[in-house]
Amino acid sequence: MVEAIRDALDVKMAEDQKVVVFGEDVGYFGGVFRCTEGLQRKYGKSRCFDAPINESGIVGVAIGMGAYGLRPVAEIQFADYVYPAYDQIVSEAARLRYRSGAEFFAPLVLRMPCGGGIYGGQTHSQSPEAVFTHVCGLKTVIPSNPYDAKGLLISAIEDDDPVIFLEPKRLYNGPFSGHPDQPAVAWAKHPLSETPEGRYVVPLGKAAVRREGKGVTVLCYGTMVHVSEAAAEETGVDAEILDLRSLIPLDIDAIVASVEKTGRCVIVHEATLTSGFGAELAAQVAERCFYALETPIRRVAGWDTPYPHAEEWSYFPGPERVGRALLAAMEG
Amino acid sequence: MPSAARLSLHVPEPSVRPGGKPDFSHVGFAPAGEARRPPVDADPAEFRDLAYSLIRVLDDAGAAVGPWAEALSAADLRQGLRDMMLTRAYDARMVLSQRQGKTSFYVQCLGEEAVACAHRKALAPGDMCFPTYRQQGLLIAAGWPLVDMMNSVFSNEKDRLKGRQLPTMYSAREAGFFTVSGNLGTQYPQAVGWAMASAIAGDDKIASAWIGDGATAESDFHAALVFASVYRAPVILNVVNNQWAISSYQGIAGGESVKFASRGHGFGIASLRADGNDYLAVHAVSAWAAQRARANLGPTLIEWVTYRAAAHSTSDDPGKYRPRDEGAAWPLGDPLERLKLHLIKRGEWSEERHAQMRAEIDAEVLDAARDAESHGTLHDGPTPSPASMFEDVYKDMPRHLREQRQQLGV
Ligand SMILES: Cc1ncc(C[n+]2csc(CCOP(=O)(O)OP(=O)(O)O)c2C)c(N)n1
Ligand SMILES: [Mg+2]
Repeated sequence: MVEAIRDALDVKMAEDQKVVVFGEDVGYFGGVFRCTEGLQRKYGKSRCFDAPINESGIVGVAIGMGAYGLRPVAEIQFADYVYPAYDQIVSEAARLRYRSGAEFFAPLVLRMPCGGGIYGGQTHSQSPEAVFTHVCGLKTVIPSNPYDAKGLLISAIEDDDPVIFLEPKRLYNGPFSGHPDQPAVAWAKHPLSETPEGRYVVPLGKAAVRREGKGVTVLCYGTMVHVSEAAAEETGVDAEILDLRSLIPLDIDAIVASVEKTGRCVIVHEATLTSGFGAELAAQVAERCFYALETPIRRVAGWDTPYPHAEEWSYFPGPERVGRALLAAMEG
Repeated sequence: MPSAARLSLHVPEPSVRPGGKPDFSHVGFAPAGEARRPPVDADPAEFRDLAYSLIRVLDDAGAAVGPWAEALSAADLRQGLRDMMLTRAYDARMVLSQRQGKTSFYVQCLGEEAVACAHRKALAPGDMCFPTYRQQGLLIAAGWPLVDMMNSVFSNEKDRLKGRQLPTMYSAREAGFFTVSGNLGTQYPQAVGWAMASAIAGDDKIASAWIGDGATAESDFHAALVFASVYRAPVILNVVNNQWAISSYQGIAGGESVKFASRGHGFGIASLRADGNDYLAVHAVSAWAAQRARANLGPTLIEWVTYRAAAHSTSDDPGKYRPRDEGAAWPLGDPLERLKLHLIKRGEWSEERHAQMRAEIDAEVLDAARDAESHGTLHDGPTPSPASMFEDVYKDMPRHLREQRQQLGV
């Protein structure tokens, strides 16, 4: 998925002089996860460069660049370090268009690695999507595979609204079923690892059905798509797995269509449970599909604790926990 | 070695409080004409003293003296005087309108008119200011229509900002005036980013960032300085030190230990301290910094020493925290009176012409107010439609907002 992200940046930088890429260690070195490797060499130092370690400054200058007319793509080294920039994101990037009567806007993309499963402890594992989805004016996107990562990132760069682009870092080098004891697999054999050359888009706001089923709808995104697939295989539950891909805007039609078909719904995310995006999904399903539901909506999520280091696998909502929820949903 | 029996916390306190005799001995003044004028391409390390001195051009007798005195034409100066008078009259009218219930709130810039008005004249078309709520003078000196500003203050049906912003939070892209945020300091790194973008694009435009003394304490101020310095961004970093941040005197933001201008030194940024009540000094220093930025020589930080002569806003009563007569004792005087005196001294102005201009301006402001009020005021008359509340959150309205608009029934 690293290559797919780099490819998206490369395609857009080649095609549009206005696209600039920067962040901590992003320039010469190419980023701690290598997503921007080679871009400075190819496009020069004023198109791809290192930034001081100041997240509020990174987002603040990106907003100014966007208002000027560039299309900045800034990297926050880990989503866990985005909080110093929260005011610039919430009060500024998300509001410029509204407060200026559409006179100013900042078409910026903030890329940030999120999620655990890499022994990152509580400062390299968080999934803060809900602190963005709660903010009107932002779009929040999270790919689960290389094909989507490239197509969604190109869409995000071309979008005229600010986009938070979360990259599940456990998926950078391969899909992950949630079994830490099994050998790591590379993307190469995965059907969604193929990325067409050049420009293509995956539109924001469109979910994808990853596995068709009639028994229960699973709403998930990012790493949890692969975990949910494993859980369905292992339990034999006839689950329909919906990869939301974009949380705001949300593909309500796809959600409603699937839940009305299955009559059951399990929501899975890695972020902490309380006030997580799953709560929004549960409310939407309850409001729109109440009479179709045969069993209660269930949520599987990270516990409401900081992400622990040693106890990572007790924390991670792996296939066993998801599987139990699937079986419970089937039973009633 | 000195020792203390116990530790105690130092909390800065202004030299006087209500009832006391005004005292500005802590501010640091200097006679007009004294500060030197380095070439624009000088190394900032060579004029660090200018962050502690005070660049002034107009002396107490109204003469323009010293190396910063420029050859501004009498016509330019009369226009400058007019801009400042118009700003003051506009403010007075809006304060009155607020008292009459035509709007919720207002912020005037009484006593600080020279800073924004003269600075604007030193910029070029296409440059972008990132102002605070107290730089209406930038718009007025740019010739922006008063009635458009009033429409925003009244949040009426003609308000281009569709009634979304508090009064004084203008936005006027065409006038090089970035949308004002209510969150202090956020615009500072944005200005630096805009300037960086101009450099990336190989453009010739510069940015001008604005912040108050109090808000320099915000992290974003320091973030902006590090980015401006690292990338040598073509930006002017203005600090308007009007001595007060609501009820906190400048010492609470760190002004007791150092001059705000010297904040630039740690970043190697060219840093100047100048008389903000001196139209000629503001113009000359701004033009110097603009020239420096446009020559790709990087940022300049300028502390404008001035005084907030009125309340912080219409919601504030300064008599509760500073002597009521403090403004009258301000050693740098009133910017309008000083420029007027200078023009009279030059034989280019008179009391009669001044009175005549004043009458013209009052009529102009009244006309604009009547025009704006005919399109509604906050609690009376047409306002933007509730449906517009859902617009511009995103470029294209997403489904959930369309549904919410339907729920509201508009
Ligand atoms: C982030 C933030 N914190 C607090 C406030 C509330 N506030 C509004 S104006 C102000 C004082 C600002 O003083 P200064 O920066 O000196 O500017 P001045 O009002 O003197 O022009 C405060 C504390 C705010 N608007 N934003
Ligand atoms: Mg102040």
